Amino acid sequence: MIAFIFRRLLLAVPVLFVVISLTFLLMRLTPGNPFSADRAIPPRILAKLEAKHQLDGTLWQQYTRYIRDVAHGNLRDSTKYFGRTVNEILAQTLPVSATLGSLAFLIALGAGIFLGTYAAVHHDQAQDRLAMLTALLGISLPSFILAPLLILVFCTYVPIFPVAGWGSPDQIILPAICLSLPFAAAIARLMRTSMLEVLHLEFVRTARAKGLPERVVIYRHALKVAILPVVSYCGPLAASILTGSIVVEQIFKIPGLGPFFINSVLNRDLFMVGGTVLVYSVTLISFNIVVDALYFLLDRRIKLTS
Amino acid sequence: MHCRATSFVFLTFLVGALLLPFTGCSRLSAPKADFTFINGAEPESLDPGIVTGQPDGRLCLALFEGLTSRNADGSIQPGMAERWEISPDLKTYTFHIRDTQWSNGDPVTAQDFVRSWERVLNPALASKYADQLYYLENAEAYNTGKLTDFTQVGVKAIDGHTLIVRLKNPTPFFLDLCSFTTLLPVHTASIAQYGDDWIKPGKLISNGAYKLAEWRIDDHIRLVANPHYWRASSVHFKVIDALPTSNANTSFNLFYAGKADMIIDKGQIPQLILNEIRNEPYFHANPFLATYFYRFNVTRKPFNDVRVREALALALDKDRIVTRITKAGEKTAGSITPPGVPGYNPPTGLGHNLEQARKLLADAGFPDGRGFPKFSVLYNNSELNKQIAIEIQAMWHDGLGLNVDLRTQEWKVYLNTLDALDYDVARSSWVGDYNDPYTFLGCFMAGRGNNRTGYANPAYDKLLDQANAEPDPAKRMTLLQQAETILVEKDVPFVPIYYFVGIVLYDESKIGGFIPNVVDEHPLRELYRK
Repeated sequence: MIAFIFRRLLLAVPVLFVVISLTFLLMRLTPGNPFSADRAIPPRILAKLEAKHQLDGTLWQQYTRYIRDVAHGNLRDSTKYFGRTVNEILAQTLPVSATLGSLAFLIALGAGIFLGTYAAVHHDQAQDRLAMLTALLGISLPSFILAPLLILVFCTYVPIFPVAGWGSPDQIILPAICLSLPFAAAIARLMRTSMLEVLHLEFVRTARAKGLPERVVIYRHALKVAILPVVSYCGPLAASILTGSIVVEQIFKIPGLGPFFINSVLNRDLFMVGGTVLVYSVTLISFNIVVDALYFLLDRRIKLTS
Repeated sequence: MHCRATSFVFLTFLVGALLLPFTGCSRLSAPKADFTFINGAEPESLDPGIVTGQPDGRLCLALFEGLTSRNADGSIQPGMAERWEISPDLKTYTFHIRDTQWSNGDPVTAQDFVRSWERVLNPALASKYADQLYYLENAEAYNTGKLTDFTQVGVKAIDGHTLIVRLKNPTPFFLDLCSFTTLLPVHTASIAQYGDDWIKPGKLISNGAYKLAEWRIDDHIRLVANPHYWRASSVHFKVIDALPTSNANTSFNLFYAGKADMIIDKGQIPQLILNEIRNEPYFHANPFLATYFYRFNVTRKPFNDVRVREALALALDKDRIVTRITKAGEKTAGSITPPGVPGYNPPTGLGHNLEQARKLLADAGFPDGRGFPKFSVLYNNSELNKQIAIEIQAMWHDGLGLNVDLRTQEWKVYLNTLDALDYDVARSSWVGDYNDPYTFLGCFMAGRGNNRTGYANPAYDKLLDQANAEPDPAKRMTLLQQAETILVEKDVPFVPIYYFVGIVLYDESKIGGFIPNVVDEHPLRELYRK
């Protein structure tokens, strides 16, 4: 198991290298200059700014200098926010997004697994239809609709939550629900399909034949196998939910990383784009490793080889 | 057993995922500010020599004070300089710096201004606004590297309290400029100590009404009253929170729920509900020095023909745009300089005359628009720009029979396209930096970076040069008016569409000290709770 994780981590290095290289080159080839503004900038000032951010010289020189810096853990300075390093911005914003994301992840997982199992157990009955209708709503309602609706209900009609902001525990509830709902719905549908299949397998019949109570059959025996597709879905889900969402974070004014994924591209904030892409790739790779390890723990028939 | 073990691992993983990053809380213990306002986009910097945006400038003006400063009504009053003398040729200013301190207790001296201006003009800083100091003798030469000896530049400290400034030309708006962000003094000793980090809380030393207490990206900036400020006793709010927001609906929610006392940034008013809120008592709209206009690329056919440009300008029914689209009480524009500059009457411009427009287009060889090449209107991506472009597209199509494409680009690409003159017609806007027509008219001199139309007329440039050298303010304004008349009535390198209004939301019965003014500057130190 340790050897497996070690091998996978080693493999991640070339992947990250390719990701960083592609991001840098694509951003340099995209039209638009990081330093252009409403007022025209004299060419000599532009040259100074480019030199300051080591964007002078040939593309190859810029690229090699950047890769060298990244390898040393220096993600460079933001070109938009003067005097702020990308490391500093990530250190301030990523913990915020990750906190919100963890809660949303738990809600999505808890609600999704419960709803999906519930629907499968009550297959083709009214409960099943209701649960799946809820899931359908969750998938179809985008967060830019859901968030204002939640704000209208829980902040204006029944003012129990603050409209926006970050810092107190009551400020995390609405955004976490908003962020989790589409994923909870997706997990519920996945869970239902998988549980329906598992409930027809022989070991479930055996468990029932042993006279085990239905609750134990489902939650102790069936769930462990039925959850496998959900676990593999959880890798990419965790990576995307923990690194923040632009819509939810903007609407609830949460000082997280989410908006930087889009805005740093629009601002041509070159190194910030590199930083966000790196964070996302690292998170994604790590969670995929965790998922593979969990697979092994949940189902001993799976062998860990690369 | 095995089953328990796996659930245990799974649970640990989940709980770990939840608890590991629980470090993101920020304001649990902070007491509420006396005044909280929505400031617009997250500031790019708080370094007065670097900043260019309005939200950044607003905070810089609360932290730092120049030789002069602005009253609540926008007028100029003494700031760090308690008085000044101007030489008879209007080119030499002698400022007497008052006896006052920086927030760390250091005295504010004339040398602080020399060092701060040297810093802005030093090519190494790469300040985008360094040209705001080009009115000083030799400043441009120093900034462009043609001159390396700063003592030749027209600013000198005679002693700790006397600053002499020599200008190239009589510049009637120079005292206005002295209050502008780029000319604010900075504490150069702490910059030498901390480098780029000097603008962070705990490091930033300021000489204005406020000190920087906290700054959390995209969350809040907290200002606290500076006890060393020379009129600290007249500063009402002791603690102010500036909230950066990027979503107008969120801003409005915060204001509506009482979490913010004021929305000061016009970009943070939701356009969608403008009709519903414009009659509310908290809605305040006032004109300021900013104009929305359409540029022509005069280097491209057929826009190199002035008759074509004039025809396109005359065909616009600007009333339709302000009444149907912008809807906040904007006035249609005939000139690029908005009304409101003291002593200046902007020309009336071309107005709306479809018949004459058709005639001019026919004279140019395109009767009823026949043979006119298909062209495009470029705008940067925003709902408002799009609606206006669609309206104008319809006006040119229905009125003149022209086929117009709409071309949208994201901000940074759009700026590049403008600079490269790679467009036919493009949406633009300009906000005045100081209260004088030159802040608008100077853009359209030949070869200027902000020209962005390819327009060049020696007669126009000559009038502006004459105006700059003219010591008599009334004659100067007449020259400027003649120049602008050439621009908007004869040469038409652009069509002015409307003058912006600034929209501010706040409850007048609770907050005082806010006076509408054309420079759209509202010092935070003047605000108070009723």
